[in-house]
Amino acid sequence: MAEAGEGAAGPIIRIAGLSKWFDDFQVLKAIDLTVTLGEKVVVCGPSGSGKSTLIRCINRLEAFQEGAIEVDGIALTGDLRNVSAVRREVGMVFQQFNLFPHMTVLRNLTLGPMRARGLSRKDAEERARYYLERVRIPEQADKYPSQLSGGQQQRVAIARSLCMQPRIMLFDEPTSALDPEMIAEVLDTMVELAEEGMTMVVVTHEMGFARRVADSVVFMDAGEIVESQPPEAFFSAPKSDRTQQFLKKILSY
Amino acid sequence: MMRLRNLWFLAVAAVVLSGCSSKWGWYIISPDTETGRTNLAFLLRGFELTISISVTSFVIAMVLGMLVTIPVVYKSRWLLAFNRIYVEVLRSVPNLVMIIWVFYGLPVLLGIELNVFWAGVTALALGESAFLAEVYRAGIQSVGRGQEEAADAIGLTFKDKMWFVVLPQAVRRILPPLGNQFVYMLKMSSLVSIIGLSDLTRRANELVTSEYRPLETYSFLILEYLVLILIVSAGVRWLERRLKADQRQ
Repeated sequence: MAEAGEGAAGPIIRIAGLSKWFDDFQVLKAIDLTVTLGEKVVVCGPSGSGKSTLIRCINRLEAFQEGAIEVDGIALTGDLRNVSAVRREVGMVFQQFNLFPHMTVLRNLTLGPMRARGLSRKDAEERARYYLERVRIPEQADKYPSQLSGGQQQRVAIARSLCMQPRIMLFDEPTSALDPEMIAEVLDTMVELAEEGMTMVVVTHEMGFARRVADSVVFMDAGEIVESQPPEAFFSAPKSDRTQQFLKKILSY
Repeated sequence: MMRLRNLWFLAVAAVVLSGCSSKWGWYIISPDTETGRTNLAFLLRGFELTISISVTSFVIAMVLGMLVTIPVVYKSRWLLAFNRIYVEVLRSVPNLVMIIWVFYGLPVLLGIELNVFWAGVTALALGESAFLAEVYRAGIQSVGRGQEEAADAIGLTFKDKMWFVVLPQAVRRILPPLGNQFVYMLKMSSLVSIIGLSDLTRRANELVTSEYRPLETYSFLILEYLVLILIVSAGVRWLERRLKADQRQ
């Protein structure tokens, strides 16, 4: 796409003809999307447009009926080995954080590396503290999630994903459940991550973030990708009527 | 605090029951007379069986209930049908009916002699296991889908996801209702008296037949269950408090 031909950066996510149905209702209609290594893609669109479902398909939290997804050369099929191989490459941050409430922050961060990567406790804790430092909450390591603010919890969730050292990070409306004053701290963390070259696919309505970070903005409506453009073009000259209407609504305040 | 209130409650019960009317004749279990002491000891020995049959049945029911709950963990549609049928059928059989069916009916069916104690345990455990399976199911399903997705997303295997993420959270929610179910089991155990097991209730019945003092004997029986269940309830509350402190919420 936009970065085609730039150095060795080939496609790391390749989605072709992806269709998905919930019973009779088609949520995704023949989606094609390619993400290159290091690219930041922001996906936006009205609720129910299928944008969350799309990124949930990328690490197979949702199964799909038609089409193909390839992540870093691994085809996502029903094969469980491929699914777990892909999940090792792909980190995910959820709208509701989904931290494990019965574990301390440190344990939340070490569980994956210890069980799924086979790290020793010592190495896993070292890594956990490094990433807590990076999301700027090293002092919260021994607290429980319920003792933290929403913004802190989401940063812990980001650190938890990073501890698995993924090559791609998926964000599913990471700031939608946060109070306004906490949105900035989470976005700051995400911007830093982007600046370090992480490949990111972000479902969000934070258009400021999209402008600042995205290489391309994808607009979805009714299960289809309506258009996909670099942010300058997307915001200044959207091609489709549906995009224009959407932008008018969300940028009117 | 709790203990004081319990004592106060027992004291009131004792005053009400202690011969404020000439109709009462506590002498049959008075510790002051030889007969009274014998009768008292006879009644109190029922604790042994009431407790042992309740505990044994409950432990077996806990294990059976877990086996029946496995389909819920694996979300297998086919096995879930088995879970539903097991629960619905066993839940609908009255405990008393289950006891007489197991004691009188089952030996005919299987052609074996069933020991009274184990007949009672089998009947109580079967009925209770259906209720416990429901308690487990509710506990497991109350752990949100988001927790499982987060565990999947960091690459945990199914076994690790259950062991480290879902079950620890489910257990915290299961324990308090489990305590209530045990209290219920203590009370239901009185039904085994009809197949001849010498639990608290059976012994009270026998004493009434020989002494013709139903009011005192059965009042004392109520007190026995009351004491037993107050102790267990206090234990359950203690457990709940500890679990809450554990969760830091």
